[in-house]
Amino acid sequence: MSDALLVGHQLRYDLLVTWRDPQSRFFTLALPVIFLVLLTSLFGNHTAHVNGHAIKNSTYYVPGICTLAIISAAFVNLVITITAQRDSGVLKRRRSTPVPAWVLIASRALTAAIIAIVLVVLIVAIGRVGYGVHLPGATIPALVLGVVIGAACFCCLSFALASFIRNEDSAQPVVQATMLPLYFISGVFIPKNQLSSTLKDIASVFPVSHLDNTLFKAFDPATKGAGIAAKDLLILAIWGIGGLLIALWRFSWSPRAA
Amino acid sequence: MVVEVSQLRMSYDGFEAVRGVDLRVCAGEIFAFLGPNGAGKTTTVEILEGHRRRTGGEVRVLGADPQHADRRWRARVGVVLQTSRVEQELTVRECLDLYAGYYPAPRPVKDVIKLVGLQKKADVRGGLLSGGQQRRLDVALALIGDPELVFLDEPTTGFDPSARRAAWEMIAGLRELGKTIFLTTHYMDEAEALADRIAVLRAGQIVAQGTPSTLGGRDRAAYQITFRLPTGVAIEDLPLAPASSRRLDESGSVLIESERVTATMHALSGWAIERGLDLADLQVRRPALEDVYLELTEPPA
Repeated sequence: MSDALLVGHQLRYDLLVTWRDPQSRFFTLALPVIFLVLLTSLFGNHTAHVNGHAIKNSTYYVPGICTLAIISAAFVNLVITITAQRDSGVLKRRRSTPVPAWVLIASRALTAAIIAIVLVVLIVAIGRVGYGVHLPGATIPALVLGVVIGAACFCCLSFALASFIRNEDSAQPVVQATMLPLYFISGVFIPKNQLSSTLKDIASVFPVSHLDNTLFKAFDPATKGAGIAAKDLLILAIWGIGGLLIALWRFSWSPRAA
Repeated sequence: MVVEVSQLRMSYDGFEAVRGVDLRVCAGEIFAFLGPNGAGKTTTVEILEGHRRRTGGEVRVLGADPQHADRRWRARVGVVLQTSRVEQELTVRECLDLYAGYYPAPRPVKDVIKLVGLQKKADVRGGLLSGGQQRRLDVALALIGDPELVFLDEPTTGFDPSARRAAWEMIAGLRELGKTIFLTTHYMDEAEALADRIAVLRAGQIVAQGTPSTLGGRDRAAYQITFRLPTGVAIEDLPLAPASSRRLDESGSVLIESERVTATMHALSGWAIERGLDLADLQVRRPALEDVYLELTEPPA
């Protein structure tokens, strides 16, 4: 089997395992959809003021929940899966076989990206059908670019963070403690105009807010042209490269000694 | 020679876990590596498997240095780790299909399932298998690539007696396939039942090497004869040379150590028949492998 085919082979099983795992099925696949329905049902008809113009909250929440979905798939679920597989010796056993490390990593990253893309398509479709949120055709490439770069950035950060987590049991609390506050201050749950400038300044250091900006720009009715948020994408890329370097430096395939 | 190790050393933060180990394992044999917890067994095995870099010494496994293991080498080696959970969400068959894809010339999945006796569980998910069945799947995953050398690190720890018997039969079956087996264990009966040769490790050093029957001079040790002392007989009445070693414990059982077992038995049985006595629970044996092992691995006083 050539290495490209081997990635495909591994990917088939990684997707199957994700689908069968009840925890990832609920937290990764169902939860973003539940959040979208809840938030738009509660606040969808209110108006948010972004960048000096008014838009419907539902238009605001669709890209926000897309951000949440990408992070669920490419970060929360990935960190938990990698840590569990490392701790249970699955990664070490796979490294005892001839399969190259990059094949395993590529398959994991592709799994996360595929889930992220499926979720974004689902959320955009629900937004369109259920809440009349329109995605301008001209900004579709910008949305795709945002999803791909966002997923890649958070994949790299996952491998970096997993290298610091002691064991499987601490993975869930660590990722939630990292992400929940960031969701609140990065405009995922609460429109950015309702946040203080201090909170926005803090959020602007981290990648969540920039992923949200990137996706929001694709949905913002005021956007002219392709809507590519170059600066936000660049910051995401820098975070991703930083994560990759830390992962290359620290990531271990063996369970961390107790 | 499948495994050749000379003067292997490994230290962590100033602590020497392995202190000059020499090992040789021949093609087609089952080699048992014994030692108490913390003796350096797992460290040594991990170096041989290519999972750990050594501090010093020479190591050749299948003609290559495992530190620079490439894919071709990995395809020739099967590894059952001491602690590894099987993939919970994949069935036995799916899991083996996945791993078969990693190897250039895998054994047929069906054959491997049969070899480890999981035919009835082929479509059951890993998470729903019993501990013993999960371990069998572990072994199956190590065999799917049709390796020449298989490392089994404590393969039956936590098994009940019948699961252990079944695992032994399976391991003995691997020898018939011509595999070389490097077995780590701390069960003496396991080493005795399976191994062609045994090495005992204590505090990072090999303290004995040999076959199960010769290890630690077991073949040269005095025989032990035990029986229940017949009623109305004192231990001094037994027809033994005055200087010979004899002991009586509280339960009324006699232990005689003899270098000349045939002569001693002849004298004892003749004496008993003459008097119409019965030597109940009579046993003649060498010291058990367990006794030899405990003596070898006893912490230095």
